[in-house]
Amino acid sequence: MRGAKSAKWVVGAIVVALAATACGGGKSDSGKGGAGAIDPNGIFTIENGEPEKPLYTGDTMESYGSAVMKGLYSTLVDYKADGSLEMVNAESVSTTDSKTWTVKLKQGWTFHDGTPVTSKSYVDAWNWNANVNNAMGLASWFADIKGFDKVHPEAEGAKPTADKLEGLKIVDDSTFTIELSKAVPYFGHKLAYISFAPLAESFYKDTKAAGQAPVGNGPYKFKSWDHKKQIEVVRYDGYKGPNKAKNGGVVFKNYTGLEAAYEDLKSGNLDVITQVGPKDLPVYRQDLGDRAVDQPYSAIQTIAVAFYADQWSKPKPVDPRVIQGLSMAIDRATITKTVLNGTREPATGWVAKGVLGYQENAAGDVTKYDPAKAKELIKAGGGVPGNKISIQFNADGGHKEWVEAVCNSIQQATSIQCVGDSKPDFQADLTARKTKQVKSFYRSGWVLDYPVNANFISDLFRTGAGGNQGGFSNKELDAKIAAADSAATLDESVKAYQAIEKELVNYMPSIPMWYYKVNAGYSEKVSGVKFGQDGEPILTGVEVHK
Amino acid sequence: MGRYVARRLLQMIPVFFGTTLLIFLMVYSLPGDPVAGLFGDKGADPATLEAIRHKLGLDQPLWKQYWDYMTGIILHFDFGTQIRNDRPVTDVLGDAFPVTLQLAALAFVFEMVFGVTLGIVAGLKAGRLADNVILIFTLLIISIPVFVLGFLIKMVFAFQLGWMEPNVSNDQLLSEMIAPAVVLGGLSLAYVARLTRTSMAENLRADYMRTAIAKGLPKRRVIGVHLMRNSMIPVITFLGTDIGALMGGAVVTEGIFNIKGVGGLIYESITRREGSTLVGLVTILVVVYLVTSLLIDLLYAVLDPRIRYA
Repeated sequence: MRGAKSAKWVVGAIVVALAATACGGGKSDSGKGGAGAIDPNGIFTIENGEPEKPLYTGDTMESYGSAVMKGLYSTLVDYKADGSLEMVNAESVSTTDSKTWTVKLKQGWTFHDGTPVTSKSYVDAWNWNANVNNAMGLASWFADIKGFDKVHPEAEGAKPTADKLEGLKIVDDSTFTIELSKAVPYFGHKLAYISFAPLAESFYKDTKAAGQAPVGNGPYKFKSWDHKKQIEVVRYDGYKGPNKAKNGGVVFKNYTGLEAAYEDLKSGNLDVITQVGPKDLPVYRQDLGDRAVDQPYSAIQTIAVAFYADQWSKPKPVDPRVIQGLSMAIDRATITKTVLNGTREPATGWVAKGVLGYQENAAGDVTKYDPAKAKELIKAGGGVPGNKISIQFNADGGHKEWVEAVCNSIQQATSIQCVGDSKPDFQADLTARKTKQVKSFYRSGWVLDYPVNANFISDLFRTGAGGNQGGFSNKELDAKIAAADSAATLDESVKAYQAIEKELVNYMPSIPMWYYKVNAGYSEKVSGVKFGQDGEPILTGVEVHK
Repeated sequence: MGRYVARRLLQMIPVFFGTTLLIFLMVYSLPGDPVAGLFGDKGADPATLEAIRHKLGLDQPLWKQYWDYMTGIILHFDFGTQIRNDRPVTDVLGDAFPVTLQLAALAFVFEMVFGVTLGIVAGLKAGRLADNVILIFTLLIISIPVFVLGFLIKMVFAFQLGWMEPNVSNDQLLSEMIAPAVVLGGLSLAYVARLTRTSMAENLRADYMRTAIAKGLPKRRVIGVHLMRNSMIPVITFLGTDIGALMGGAVVTEGIFNIKGVGGLIYESITRREGSTLVGLVTILVVVYLVTSLLIDLLYAVLDPRIRYA
């Protein structure tokens, strides 16, 4: 006790001493007026990691790479906070039947090397990204376009029979049309994704070099990439888009861990962090005051059901009431507050916030904690086979704590045994999902690709969809999804999907857990730090102080 | 002597192939597909996965992969490319090794200078106050986990006193490396001090020491030449193997101080199933171990002329 006291006293004394000297220094060299002035050419630093892959528009899907790519490239459109579209490189994107889309480009745009951005820049880029020979991870984004199966046959080892997408037609330098193989009302929203960005002519001459030093059309120009250390981009003064940079450039600094980044933020060596580590979460709001960011973004965590597992398929398919009951046995409010330190918000449906068509309480009572009702539902549904469930998760992702808490909650509420089924890392977790080895449940997550509710329903619960790894399949639902996809307008499609989301509760393809939040912060040197729906910082809006 | 060196060099060949093959097999027997891991929750179609596998040669049988890999290394000094980012592994290693070399060298100098000095002081004053203080001090260092020590140093010197930056910046200045080097070398320092002390204390009672003193040699010569030379043999052995450990084992220290060196690279390569990077790293580390242990063995002869090699 005495030790602790005296240590505190020492710390106190040092803080006082430092504060005193800091005050003295501040007055003499910067003066009072200096603090508020904004330097339009100021460069700020942001915490990031080494992008996993070369910087290709067709292959950048993890957040480290896409944070950089967002600054380097502008796509045809972008979306606003309410999910509605904003034209960026496009003058207009129009359609009458949701099947044939006409894109008109804004005049006078150039790439960073001075060459003009034309219809060809787009069409060639899409053809290249879609081609299976180039093995771009985001190629499936072009699947809606007519002729995709020829450029990118799905079977293992198949060779493409065409190198151009049939549905893309150049009308003139600033107009092109996109024909889809069937109507997709929300195709316009998909165009905001990085895989639809244009590529400069120089890209095709040396694609390998282009992945190391991309030439974009966005608000920032690539400057340098010092591998595993930092990436520098500077403002592109010839930029014509609505989101001109309010700063001179960005340095993406690489950190070995979130703690190190946080320390650098506190000691003034770093301006923006995009994530606070678990160690600092409990204190960061006090540490940073109004410079702490605590904002929801469009991502959801769920516990998905492995419908193919013996437990749920034999002798007969599981009654959805059992899963409803398990969902009601989870005390989301307490777990998000305590175990997750308030970094998540309990989910009330399958579609995340900030998405077109988000509706509050879409899942009804199923996401409310009610042990009595939970027991009743499970009993009515015939009980959990074996009276035991497990939740598979990857141990390298910080999921252990909440999985244990969820298990505890279920066990206490329903006396059904629940254990975490830990896989050493994400790869092992994915392999178990791919090879249908998941025994009971697995944790799953989804960040928006485009801000329309279809993205959270069709891409996850349609039979055979890429994100549908639990083997959920329901003919009725598939038919409804198909109908919603062929709706004449975006509005109608969104409404149809809203109706589908309300119905999901009868099938329980997964248990919604919580929405993600951005927990981040910034230094005194910058202001205007905001995060987009995808949880990534909006670089262009950051203002640097002198 | 020449024959001895030649024999040792020849011995390195099976060790080299054995270790690389072992690591190769271990990485490939880890569960989880490195290519599927690239795509996360959203998955990718079989055609794309296949195309990537083919490009990297991962669709070949294991023995063929190992054969291609080893011939690449030996004939062209080509360690292959990384699965994720297409970068040549030689570039990746070239980025990481200089940093770690700097850190390891600093740590090595630190543990050698301070460790031996403390050991000599304790050994000469065996059983007295100085000896006990040093014993307690080294015990303390041995028992504190690395990350606690790292955290304490940051806490005191970076946040409270403000003498240093908490993390190593991207320029990797030598001055920034001192704190991590102290943390990294701290544990070995304790061992070096204890080894030196014990060895000195023992040899102090040896016959040749008594003879040297009886001959009336000056004290400096007795301790500096007669005692030190003999007592250094176990210490040098330890220091030699420690070079390898310093080069490869700094995962925790590098993580704490934000150093992008070999330790972090090993960790990352394992979690991302970057087989070629990992085997390349281990190959170089194996060579480091082999060379240092050869040098140490040759040093024995210098320290103790009675040790002769045929």
